[in-house]
Amino acid sequence: MAEGGQLVDHRNDRDVVLSLRDVRTQFGDHVIHDRLDFDMFRGEVVGLVGGSGTGKSVLLRTIIGLNPARHGQIEILGMNTRHLHGKAERSLQAHLGVQFQDGALFSSLTVAENIMVPIREHAGLDEEDMRCIAALKIALVGLPADTGEKKPSELSGGMRKRASLARALALDPELLFLDEPTAGLDPIGATHYDELVRDLQRNLGLSVLMVTHDLDSLYAVCDRVAVLLDKRVVVGTIDELLAYGHPWVLEYFRGPRGRAAASGQERKAAFNGK
Amino acid sequence: MSSAPTFKYVEQGGASVLEAAGNWTVFSLRSLGRRHRHWHRTKVSTPQRRPQLIDITRVDHLDTAGVLELLHLAGGGQDADVRAREEGQADLFRVVQSHGVETPPEPHVDWLSHFLAEVGHGVLHIYRQIIALCAFFGETLVVAAGALTQPKRFRPAAIVRQMYDVWVKALVIVGVLCFLIGVVIAYQGVQQLRQFGAETFTVEAVGIGIFRELGVLLTAIIVAGRSGSAFTAQIGTMQVNQEVDAMRAMGLNPIEWLVLPRILALVISMPLLVFWGDMAGLLGGAVACSVYLDFTFVQFFARLRDTVGIWHFYTGMIKAPVFGMIIAAIGCFEGLQVRGSAESVGQLTTRSVVESIFFVIVLDAVFSIIFLLSGV
Repeated sequence: MAEGGQLVDHRNDRDVVLSLRDVRTQFGDHVIHDRLDFDMFRGEVVGLVGGSGTGKSVLLRTIIGLNPARHGQIEILGMNTRHLHGKAERSLQAHLGVQFQDGALFSSLTVAENIMVPIREHAGLDEEDMRCIAALKIALVGLPADTGEKKPSELSGGMRKRASLARALALDPELLFLDEPTAGLDPIGATHYDELVRDLQRNLGLSVLMVTHDLDSLYAVCDRVAVLLDKRVVVGTIDELLAYGHPWVLEYFRGPRGRAAASGQERKAAFNGK
Repeated sequence: MSSAPTFKYVEQGGASVLEAAGNWTVFSLRSLGRRHRHWHRTKVSTPQRRPQLIDITRVDHLDTAGVLELLHLAGGGQDADVRAREEGQADLFRVVQSHGVETPPEPHVDWLSHFLAEVGHGVLHIYRQIIALCAFFGETLVVAAGALTQPKRFRPAAIVRQMYDVWVKALVIVGVLCFLIGVVIAYQGVQQLRQFGAETFTVEAVGIGIFRELGVLLTAIIVAGRSGSAFTAQIGTMQVNQEVDAMRAMGLNPIEWLVLPRILALVISMPLLVFWGDMAGLLGGAVACSVYLDFTFVQFFARLRDTVGIWHFYTGMIKAPVFGMIIAAIGCFEGLQVRGSAESVGQLTTRSVVESIFFVIVLDAVFSIIFLLSGV
């Protein structure tokens, strides 16, 4: 049984942007997570991993409020989500950005209109300003300027992911949630995407929680990794997790793919060091 | 926390400087006021007056939208310098500056050319649609003809499953609506014919009306709304999920697997439903006559047998399988036209219902002419 929680305190006087205390989620009698304790600090990128069926996406949905937790508290940006209703809830949601797995762009709107939806709803700027902001976000995520006028169905999978990231960034959220952002991208596209997330995180001062299966992303982008084990969550850097020594974690990071990703990262570090 | 954004232009050492203070985030920008901003933007449109330095040392919160607005207030300011208190804000500023995009032009709409383009697209679309529909009918007939030699390919299990949906589940609604229409016709017949003392002819009005037109048309419209739309939505969703492509890749012909069972199921079910609807309509007429005319059921049905010829019944029943085929074929055809998104499923489902009702009524008119010429 994994004991869970934070392996080493990484707070360093930073704000806590997300905190889960004793959270339990279940569907019917089937308990998915139990006694989850997890903190995320301002400006860090945390990867959320776990075997298939351990409820990574469920946890993400629980945090953003799409799926109620049966027990425990979730605090986002210092606000307890359980007691939020109406206006307070909407204003909290305006400070969160979510990129869903398949983009979830509104298919009847163009990409620019998709980005303008949250701005119109929460900030109420006029049309011209919104178009400017939309164009800026499209440029920030590295899409060509004419993408704004296209419908999501005209984009390739990788472009849809970027467009969906641009929508998630529309209101400059403090906390960004990404659900399998590099799934289905080719290795080059995935590497570019990792760099993009890292750059945006640095430049815009975001805190990012990403569900991912991509070991390269974990090594390249994430400061810490949260692993779902036996319904609990264990959080730490990759080295700390290896030292923790749970067999699933060892197999995950020490398996052939894990080793390849680790050595790739070392080679890259050595190359950059020269 | 929420101090409104303010700014002013000042002269420092001969250079123009834009000084900003307060919160410059996407949520606070609205308080600047649109006209106010616009006026300032135009003021600095000449290069000489454009600020070379943007001073954000007194800005509390800053985000990309705020930077964008500051750059606009500095007249574009791709080359403007920034003086900031925090390194983070300066970084953010430079990121936005380097991705600096010009205001995208207002989407320009020329109404006349837009109208002409829409009409042109519409006409071309109808033309292509007719071609595609003919091709679809052709392919379906070829597959059906091929299946004649191997009856197994008609897939009886799938047909029966579809019949359960389109026939058994529709019985209640068809029965109730036809019953009510029977009541309504009988009531109107009694009211109008009584003026000539001919109220007993209500029986003919109900019998002929229901048998020839109303029973079959009403059933066809209900079936188009409930089964035709379901066919389009089912096949359309499969199309979106690439299930149809998967079928093709496995060497399964979607026409044989999806379309043929649905068409056959509806061709068989429609006459059954129409018969059921006719009976319900007559029952409604009989009930209404017993109330308004003091006709017993025996009198009603005896008069019906004596005065309404069997061909009135046949004409309705002949139309039924044809209507069933056209509704199923259009439903499946539109389902296979779905491309890409969920929106497309909705559009084509609407189109499928509208087109099938349209074709049902057109065919009904054609049948009327045929029956008129052949004298039945």
